Amino acid sequence: MRLVVVGNGMAGSRLVSEVRARDPQMRITVFGAEPCPPYNRVLLSNVLAGSSRPEQVRLLDTSWYAAHDVEAAFGSAVTWIDRDARTVVTEDGRREPYDLLVLATGSDAIVPPIPGVRRAVPFRTLGDCERIMAAAERARRAVVIGGGLLGIEAARGLAGRGLPVTLLHLAGHLMERQLDVEAGEVLGETLAGLGVETRTGVSASSVDADGVRLDDGELVEADLVVLACGVRPVTALAAGAGLEVRRGVVVDDELRTDDPSIFAVGECAEHDGTVYGLVAPAWEQAAVAAEVITGGKALYRGSRLVTRLKAQSVELAAMGETQLTEEHAEVVRFSHRARGTYRKLVIRDDRLVGAILLGESDAVGTLTQLFDRGAPVPGDRAGLLFPGLSAAPVADSPTLMPDAATVCRCNNVTKGQIRECWEAGAGDVAGVAAATRATTGCGTCRDAVAGIVGWLREQEGISV
Amino acid sequence: MPGSDVTATHCPYCALQCGMEIGPELVVSPRTDIPANASGALCQKGWTAGELLVNGARLTTPLLHGEPVEWEVALDHVAARLAAIRAEHGPDAVAVFGGGGLTNEKAYQLGKFARVALGTSQIDYNGRFCMSSAAAASIRAFGMDRGLPFPVTDLDDADVVLLAGANVAETMPPLVRHLTGPRLIVVDPRRTQTARLAWLHLQPTPGTDLALALGLAHLAVAEELVDEAYVAARTVGFDDVRTSLASWWPERVERITGVPVHQMRQAVRALAAARNAYVLTGRGAEQHAKGTDTVTAFINLALALGLPGRMGSGYGCLTGQGNGQGGREHGQKADQLPGYRKIDDPAAREHVAAVWGIPAADIPGPGRSAYELLDALGTPDGPRALLLFGSNPVVSAPASEHVAARLGALDLLVTCDVVLSETAALADVVFPVTQWAEETGTMTNLEGRVLLRRRAVPPPAGVRSDLEVIAALARRLGPRSESATEFAPEFATDPAEVFDELRRAGAGGPADYSGITYERIVAETGVFWPCPAPGHPGTPRPFLDSFATPDGRARFVPVQHRPPAEETDADYPVHLSTGRVLAHYQSGAQTRRIAPLVRAAPEPYVELHPDLAERLGIAAGDMVRVTSRRGQSKAVARISDAIRRDTVFMPFHWEGANRLTNPALDPVSRMPEFKVCAVRVERDS
Repeated sequence: MRLVVVGNGMAGSRLVSEVRARDPQMRITVFGAEPCPPYNRVLLSNVLAGSSRPEQVRLLDTSWYAAHDVEAAFGSAVTWIDRDARTVVTEDGRREPYDLLVLATGSDAIVPPIPGVRRAVPFRTLGDCERIMAAAERARRAVVIGGGLLGIEAARGLAGRGLPVTLLHLAGHLMERQLDVEAGEVLGETLAGLGVETRTGVSASSVDADGVRLDDGELVEADLVVLACGVRPVTALAAGAGLEVRRGVVVDDELRTDDPSIFAVGECAEHDGTVYGLVAPAWEQAAVAAEVITGGKALYRGSRLVTRLKAQSVELAAMGETQLTEEHAEVVRFSHRARGTYRKLVIRDDRLVGAILLGESDAVGTLTQLFDRGAPVPGDRAGLLFPGLSAAPVADSPTLMPDAATVCRCNNVTKGQIRECWEAGAGDVAGVAAATRATTGCGTCRDAVAGIVGWLREQEGISV
Repeated sequence: MPGSDVTATHCPYCALQCGMEIGPELVVSPRTDIPANASGALCQKGWTAGELLVNGARLTTPLLHGEPVEWEVALDHVAARLAAIRAEHGPDAVAVFGGGGLTNEKAYQLGKFARVALGTSQIDYNGRFCMSSAAAASIRAFGMDRGLPFPVTDLDDADVVLLAGANVAETMPPLVRHLTGPRLIVVDPRRTQTARLAWLHLQPTPGTDLALALGLAHLAVAEELVDEAYVAARTVGFDDVRTSLASWWPERVERITGVPVHQMRQAVRALAAARNAYVLTGRGAEQHAKGTDTVTAFINLALALGLPGRMGSGYGCLTGQGNGQGGREHGQKADQLPGYRKIDDPAAREHVAAVWGIPAADIPGPGRSAYELLDALGTPDGPRALLLFGSNPVVSAPASEHVAARLGALDLLVTCDVVLSETAALADVVFPVTQWAEETGTMTNLEGRVLLRRRAVPPPAGVRSDLEVIAALARRLGPRSESATEFAPEFATDPAEVFDELRRAGAGGPADYSGITYERIVAETGVFWPCPAPGHPGTPRPFLDSFATPDGRARFVPVQHRPPAEETDADYPVHLSTGRVLAHYQSGAQTRRIAPLVRAAPEPYVELHPDLAERLGIAAGDMVRVTSRRGQSKAVARISDAIRRDTVFMPFHWEGANRLTNPALDPVSRMPEFKVCAVRVERDS
C-alpha cells in the first residue's frame, strides 16, 4: 500500500504520524510546500511575540522521518493529480504513484485587493513570521489589518516588542464571529492597556509608503503593515483533478472525497457544509482518516469549536453560539469592565451552547468540558461562573464549630472530645495531645487545637 | 533507650514505616530516632496497632475446608495436592501470589520457593497493583528504581514540592510534617485533605494527568525555564522530547484536563523559580493503563527543570505498602530475581542459581503479571493451584467479582493469613501465621532505608510463621524433578539466616544489600541500599554523581497522552476514581477489625458533588448503586464539593469498589487501571 500525503502542515503531519503509529509497514510519502519540517501554527503568535524561538514550535524533527521510514519532500509543491494513473506530479516534475492519497493543503492568507497591498506582510506561515520579526526590528509604528483571532495575536505580539500598534477592523467589534458586542469592546479596552489601539468599523483603501489609508482618506501612520484578513482553503489542486469542491474539498464522514481513493483533512476540507479553521478539528479528522486508511472503522461527526486567544496578558476563551439573546436561550452574564472581566454563558435545554470568558478565570476548564461533552449544566449558574463561590470555607472559629466537628483527622478527634478533655483537667495543647492524640499525626491541626484550648481558657476566665 | 520490657520496632502499616515502641500491655508509642517520624508522630492506625495483637478475630488453627485441623494434617494435604497437580499438569499449574507487606526475608523466600521447590514461573504479587508503573518509569529514566532516591528529611528544606496523585495527609500523615515548609502543588481530581494544604491545587479530569504533565513540560520549554546546562551534562534524549512537547500547548491541555492555563503557568514557574524542588508521584498518577508513561512525563518535567540527582531536589515516587519497596526487589515478581535482577539475564540466573545450589537452567523464565495470573486461574492453560501470602485479591484486585470467580475455579486455593480475610474465606486450606510484632524481619521503607522490624511479643499458640510454612511445604515436596537429581532444597526458618542468604543472592544486583546486617540496621537506625560491602556506608542519595544507566546519564523518553481505556458515555456517564481513607489500610483485613478505626470510618461510601447528587435525586446518607461494565456495588452517599462534578469517588478498603474497576493493563508495567473507569450512579430505592 502506497500512501501519498499532499501537505505537511498541522493536519498532514498529524495524519502521517497517526498512520505510522497504526501501521509500521505502509509506504508513506509526504510533500510539503514549505521548506521546513512541520511546525505548530497555533504557536506562531508566541514566535512573533518573541516568547518562543522558531525551533521550539517544530512538530516533527527531520530525523523523525528517517527513524519512522517516511519519505518527506520539503519545499516540494504538488501541482497536479493524475487520477487515471493514480499519480501526483510536483512542480519540479516528480511523479509519485499512490494507492491512497490524502489532501492536507490547508489554506492561504487572504490578501485584500487594494493598492499597495504588497507593502504589507500576511501573517500565516513561519516564513511570514520571520519577515514580520525582521521588519519589526526597524519599524517605529505598526498597523495590523484584521481584528480576528490571528490579527489580535499579531497586534499583541508586536506591541509586546515595544511597537505602538493600531489594529484596524472592518466589523463593528473585534472577533465578531466569536464575541458579542460588549465582549469585543472589553477586549479592545484590554488591548488598549497593552499598547494596541483598536479602530473598528474601518476599511483600508490602500497601503501607502507611510501607512494605511482608510476609506475616509485618513492616513494611519505605520512603517510595518501586517495582514490578518482571514484565510481561504487551498482547493485548486482538488478542483483541477475534478473532485467536488464547494468552499473546501467536500468529504464524507470517513474524510473521503468523491474519489474513494482520495481523502482530505484539515482546513482544505469541507465536512457537512463546514470548513474548520482551527487545529482541534483538523487533528480529530487526521485521527479518523488514519484509522480508515489503515483498515479500521471510524467516523467523523463534526467538532465543537472552542477558540482560545494566545496573547500574553489577554485571557480569552469563546465557544459555541455566543450571540444568542434571551429570546432564544438563557443568558447569564457578568461584566466588570474596569478589570477587563466579561463572562457570559448561553444555556439552552439545560446544556451549555455558548460561552465567553474574558479575563483570567478558573472557570474556563470546567466550562469547556461542559460544552464539549454536552453535559447538563448544574442549577447553580453563579457557581459555574465563579468557581470557589459555592465552596467558600465555613467558619472554623472555635466558637462556631459544632462539638461533633472533627478537629484532628489523623486521630479522629472532635471538638467535643477536646472540650471533655479540657474539662477533665488537660490545661494546654500538650495535655490535650497526651489524652486524645490530637496533633500527633500530620500536625496541621495544631493551630486549631490551640485555638480551641485558648477559647476554652477564655470562657473559663469569663465565667470566673 | 527502651527498657527490657519495651521493644523498638516499626509500624505494621504504610511505607513510611514509622518507628514505634511496644511497651508493657502492648502500649504503642512513637520512637524519636527514626527520621520519618522523629518528631514523635503517629497516625491513628499506628497508635492503635497494638490492638492487632489481641484481636478476637485472630486465626490460631489451620482450616481445611473450613474445619479446624492439626498443622500436620493441613500441611500433608497441601503438599500431596500440590504434588499431584504438578505431576498431572506440570510445574506451571501451581502459582504463588505474594504481597508488598511481607518482609524482605519472606519476599525473598517466596521467590525461591516458587522457582526452586515448585519449579513454577507463575509467581507475582500485589505490588504489581501498587508500584509497578513508577518502578518501570524510574528504571527507564534512571536505570534503577528506588522510590525516593533521597532521605525523606530532605523534603523539609525544599521550596516547592509537586505531588501528583498523592494524598499523603490520609495515606501517610506523619509525612506531612516534612512538607510544611515547602509550597505544595497538589494534582488531584479531588480536593483531598492534602489538596487543602496546597498552595496550588490542580484538579484534572481523571485519566488526564499525562496530558497535564506534558502541558507543564511544554510551558517549561516555551518559557525558557529548562535547565539547559543540566540537560546537556546529565541527560540524553531531550531533543526528541522537546519536539514532542510542541503538540501539547497549554490551551489544548486545558481542554483535555480542565485545568486552567494560568494555574499550569503558576505551577511551572514556581517549580522553576525554586532553589530546591521535588516532583513526587503517587498511585493517583500511576494506577492507569498509561501509568508508566504518565510517570515518565513527570520525570521528563523534573529532568527538564534539572531536579533529579541534585542535592536538595529530585523526583521520587511515594511507595504505598509497608514493604512496597523491598517487596519489589527480592524476587516475588514474575520477571525478577533477588537483588532487583532480571530473570532473563543469563548472568543474574547464574549468580542466583549458584546461591540456591541448582543449575541456572532449572530457574524458570518470566511468568504472568498479577492480574494476568489471577485472570488465568482455573482456565485450561492457567494454574490450577494457588498459594497466597499477604494479599486479599477478592477486595484489592480489579474486576474483583471476576477474580473471585477465577479463584473459585481452582482445584486448590491455599492462603496464609492472620484473620479470615474475604479471600481466605474462599480457600481450601488456611494457614494461621504470625504477624508484624510477633516476628522479626527487615522492611525497606519508601526512602530505600532498610529497617529492622523486631519481634515484640510471642505469637499466640498454634500460629506459625510464613517462613515455617514455606519450609514445611518444601520439605514435603522434596526434589522437584529428575534434573534436580538428589537436591532437596533447604529453606531456613530463622529470619536472620534468610537475610544472610538474601544478601548473597542479591550481591552485585541493583538492590545490593550485601553490606547490611541486623546489627548495623539497629546501630545506624537503618541503612540505605545499595550497600555492597560490610564497610560501605549505604547510599542515601544514589544519583548525586551519576544515574544508574550504562553512561550515567538520565534518559528522556518521549511520551504522548491517550484517553483512559474506558471513557464515559451515555450509559456510563460518570468517572469513578478509587482511593484510601486515613483510618484504613489496603483491603482493610487488619484495620476493619480495630474498633476505633471502624468508628472513624465505619463503612464504604460514594463521594459525589452536590450538583451531580441533585441531578440524580440523591441526598446525603442515601444508599446508592454504582454500576460499571464489570459489576455493581452499593454504598452510602456522601455529598461534597471537594470532588469534580463529573466524578465519583469510592474508597477501596471494603469489598465493592473493585467490582467496578477496569482491569485494562499498562503495556509496560501491567498495572491495572484502578483510578478511572466509567460508571452509572443511581439511588437504590
